[in-house]
Amino acid sequence: MNAILGPLITIVCVLGAVLTLAALLIWVERRLLGLWQDRYGPNRVGPFGLLQSVADMVKIFFKEDWLPPLADRAVFIIAPGIVMAVTLLSFAVVPWGPGLAVADLNVGLLFVLAMSSLSVYSVALGGWASNNKYSLLGSLRAVGQMISYEVFMGLSLLGVVLQAGSFNLSDIVEAQRGLWFCLPQCVGLGVFFVAALAETKRIPFDLPEGENELVAGFHTEYSGFKFAMFFVAEYIGVTLVSALTVVMFLGGWLGPWLHPVAWFAIKTLAVIAFIVLIRASLPRPRYDQLLALGWKLLLPLALANLLVTGAIVLAQGE
Amino acid sequence: MTDVLGIVMFVVGGVLFVLVSLTVGRLFRPRRPGQLKGEIYECGEPTVGKGQVQFDLRFYVVAMLFVIFDVEIALLYPWAQVFRQFPKAAFWDLAFFVGLLLVGYAFAWRYGYLDWTRPRAGGQADDDAQTPEQER
Repeated sequence: MNAILGPLITIVCVLGAVLTLAALLIWVERRLLGLWQDRYGPNRVGPFGLLQSVADMVKIFFKEDWLPPLADRAVFIIAPGIVMAVTLLSFAVVPWGPGLAVADLNVGLLFVLAMSSLSVYSVALGGWASNNKYSLLGSLRAVGQMISYEVFMGLSLLGVVLQAGSFNLSDIVEAQRGLWFCLPQCVGLGVFFVAALAETKRIPFDLPEGENELVAGFHTEYSGFKFAMFFVAEYIGVTLVSALTVVMFLGGWLGPWLHPVAWFAIKTLAVIAFIVLIRASLPRPRYDQLLALGWKLLLPLALANLLVTGAIVLAQGE
Repeated sequence: MTDVLGIVMFVVGGVLFVLVSLTVGRLFRPRRPGQLKGEIYECGEPTVGKGQVQFDLRFYVVAMLFVIFDVEIALLYPWAQVFRQFPKAAFWDLAFFVGLLLVGYAFAWRYGYLDWTRPRAGGQADDDAQTPEQER
């Protein structure tokens, strides 16, 4: 009985925590953007506008679930579900504290990378099924961007795997007990962070949605709850890459005095705030600049980082 | 074993959540289809041609690059795992492998496959081959 009940409780907690966090994040982001851009942000619904996300959700539940008559119906409906499901599933292996993960897989890192690459399908299928030129262009851009940056993301994490000698995310955190990997793997951290921003299609890498060119990119034809799926999945994605940055480079739950979970939460929130600060301050590059940055700068950097890390680990071993 | 069970339950939970939240709204939401509502959105202009147009071939080149380098990463992950068992052999293997890869990378760079804007077809990167940044 306990074999099933235990994981069930963890799963409900993790799902609940992630979804609450994602909903809250919409409010946090708008407030922080307001702060940094010298305006108010949402401040009407509830104290400090805290209930804004609740109001949005209620509204979206009562919206008509509109399907474009010319769209490929089945694919159109499935597409937002895919991105939501796979980003949620990536959280299955993220360790919130010592031993606190839904599944402490020994291939945890591969699981996360596999799941995050599956979200490409959602964008590609959604844009194609919409039968709209903006959607198609947006989804093509998104696919080109996401598959490119996936390469750099995978490469940048290899250095961490090399140093920790494991794919298990808990082992990777434990390996940082003496020194967080953000110092020896600073190049890896930089490449990973840029690639992660591009994977989540956040500003400055929001070309797939570039409002002033493509209306809303791949989700132009989406409305109601299906749009909300894409929207919330983006925020879950932000939480996920922040949590991953913390686990891989910033020592995970390690820290003095406070409870490990508290440390994990504080670090993750700090990374999220940094991502919002980036959104508040950076403009969007052109598509050729985006690809050039990836293939001509990040790829050689990541490869060099891997070689140097390998050489150092080799020298340490002797 | 419990880990696999956890993953399976998490997958079921996640998929169920998505399905339920997609369908439960059907109880509340209105449904009023209309002629104008059904039109493809193109900023109010009448639509021209099909929505699923033929797109730029350059996306195909990006996809090719992705396949090449992602296969490489797939090979490197198990390598990183066993590195500590045979550090010396593993390191020189890596150096050889990355060196081999760099040849292809240099080729792709030289013939402009890494550039989004290419001056002409066939990938002849001449001296007059300039990206917009260089023109400025």
